[in-house]
Amino acid sequence: MREINLREALGEAIAEEMERDPAVFIIGEDVGKMGGLMGEIGGLYDKYGAEKVRDTPLSEAAILGAAIGAAITGLRPIARMRFCDFMGIAWDEVLNQMTKMRYMFGGKIKVPLTMDALSGAGRRSAAQHSQSLEGMFMCIPGLKIVLPSNARDAKGLLKTAIRDDNPVLFLEHKRLMWGGPKSEVPDGEYTVPFGQAEIKREGSDVTVVATAYMVHRALDAAEKLQQEKDISLEIVDPRTIVPFDKETVLNSVKKTGRLVVFTEECATGSFAGQVAAIVADEGFDYLDAPIKRVNAPDTPVPYGIILEDFWMPDENQLIKAINEITS
Amino acid sequence: MPVAKEKLLDLYRTMVRIRRFEERVSEEFAAGNIPGSVHVYIGEEAVATGAIAHLRKDDYIMSTHRGHGHLVAKGGKMNLMMAELFAKQTGYCLGKGGSMHIADLDIGMLGAAGIVGSGIPIATGAGLSARIRGTDQVTICFFGDGASNIGRFHEGINMASIWKLPVIFLCENNLWAVSVPTSTSLAIQDIADRGVAYGIPGVVVDGQDVMAVYEAVGEAVTRAKKGEGPTLVEAKTYRYRGHFEGDAGTYRPREEIEKWLARDPINIFREQLTKTQMLTEKQVAEIDKEALEEVAKAVQFAKESPFPKPEETLDNVYA
Ligand SMILES: Cc1ncc(C[n+]2csc(CCOP(=O)(O)OP(=O)(O)O)c2C)c(N)n1
Repeated sequence: MREINLREALGEAIAEEMERDPAVFIIGEDVGKMGGLMGEIGGLYDKYGAEKVRDTPLSEAAILGAAIGAAITGLRPIARMRFCDFMGIAWDEVLNQMTKMRYMFGGKIKVPLTMDALSGAGRRSAAQHSQSLEGMFMCIPGLKIVLPSNARDAKGLLKTAIRDDNPVLFLEHKRLMWGGPKSEVPDGEYTVPFGQAEIKREGSDVTVVATAYMVHRALDAAEKLQQEKDISLEIVDPRTIVPFDKETVLNSVKKTGRLVVFTEECATGSFAGQVAAIVADEGFDYLDAPIKRVNAPDTPVPYGIILEDFWMPDENQLIKAINEITS
Repeated sequence: MPVAKEKLLDLYRTMVRIRRFEERVSEEFAAGNIPGSVHVYIGEEAVATGAIAHLRKDDYIMSTHRGHGHLVAKGGKMNLMMAELFAKQTGYCLGKGGSMHIADLDIGMLGAAGIVGSGIPIATGAGLSARIRGTDQVTICFFGDGASNIGRFHEGINMASIWKLPVIFLCENNLWAVSVPTSTSLAIQDIADRGVAYGIPGVVVDGQDVMAVYEAVGEAVTRAKKGEGPTLVEAKTYRYRGHFEGDAGTYRPREEIEKWLARDPINIFREQLTKTQMLTEKQVAEIDKEALEEVAKAVQFAKESPFPKPEETLDNVYA
């Protein structure tokens, strides 16, 4: 099987969906000739022209507002928001418009809208270009949220997102977009369903729920712990946090009796907190040790290698947390 | 261009229907039958009526928190509207939206907006959609003077302008945003002047004169359909009641209110029509009676309809 990275997977998914459905179009900044910040959608402008690969002014609110207007009148926009940090500019469109319309209009409207944005730290981009904001978005009923950890999942999930009749936020971790590990991707058509976690490594001692880039760090930690201490981690990647596949997580905890939630968010108001709450509520009897969370500190993301590396959750912190609940 | 008599009568009828609907909403609110806040359109009927008269069923409108008039003019069903205001299961939104959140995609009504100004970029998107789908649909985006100071006004109109989208931005300048007069919220007299900033025509029109609105919006629609892009139309108008039902509106000077009451859009148009023998006293009475009956039926429908079941709260979050 061929191997590609997440950036290439994203480009393939969008290209294939535009080919498949004439209702799909792209709207955002620098999506045209430039083909996205990293050239990830290069070629589409040449193929479809400015009409359907629509470069916009710097107007995040109007990008999302226009995408909403197009979505409710028969199209399937992909609104490229660049950095999730910028979405504050278009917060009302997310908070009060796209996610509320179906409900407040009594189920009589569909908003098939995909937003994609870079998220996460590790590129020395400082406080306004590095956040993991999924916890904040997760609080808004009506939105689906995808956090892919590898190219294969990303491609299949993005195709599912574009076909979904609801607003979907697709978050690409920067460390996976720039360089990033490659993964095997089938040649033909495939999709990955929402709400199905995947066990990225089977194990018996501790369940680690990890998202996006943290999945890779969890896998590294699992290898190390296996070799050095014969501790077996089961790594669960939810892939979509809304909808969230709690069954897979609860079943894993039932087997291991221990849970660590490992995400790159600030701990307060995080998806990680939500997973811990669900397992405490519905899986308490399975637990042999307290639930642990390994997240980032509640500070803005700092600049530079020293500070940012300290800020980002890493294998050592994960291993420390696992040692605490296994010794 | 001469307008057919039947069309003139339609315009008059629509204005009366909006007025009678809103008067009844006001009464039903006072009687405690409408649980949530309502903003009525009394005094501004000529704007929605004159503008929407140019639209086909599949053309779009984007409405506001003061949206009942827009919906009636676009062909909304009064019984579903009233039931929604009464929070009944049979309402437009199954009782989930209320006055500020009614949409009806079947007649091109994209939704009322509880967040002031939020509709502007959405209307731009509807225009973009018509362009990409290759239809000749136009969109009229209603918003108030208050909304013209929201950032989305800038982003949304600029985007529609650079892409020459078929959208008419129709500012209903009723001189007040709740208690804030335009004299303190705007450094210019006419919001239409802002059209210059986007390279589009900005037109001021007498919002109490339905034919003036009809003409100005007609030109804007023609321009939109020709692919020449949006127009900013500013209709000078006035709300005759408080900002919301229950607001005494004491912040507005008495003389100002009286000046505008003397320019009631329905009276103005009735006089124009009766003077030219387009409308007889008998027809006036008939139109009024029919409107009152339609409203009474809507209220009866609303009153007799069931409330939603509590568990229905959980439905309709996702498609
Ligand atoms: C973004 C936002 N700010 C404030 C409000 C509260 N509010 C509701 S209506 C209104 C006045 C709007 O004035 P205008 O746009 O002129 O419309 P009008 O009520 O005069 O028809 C305000 C301030 C709101 N709903 N949304």
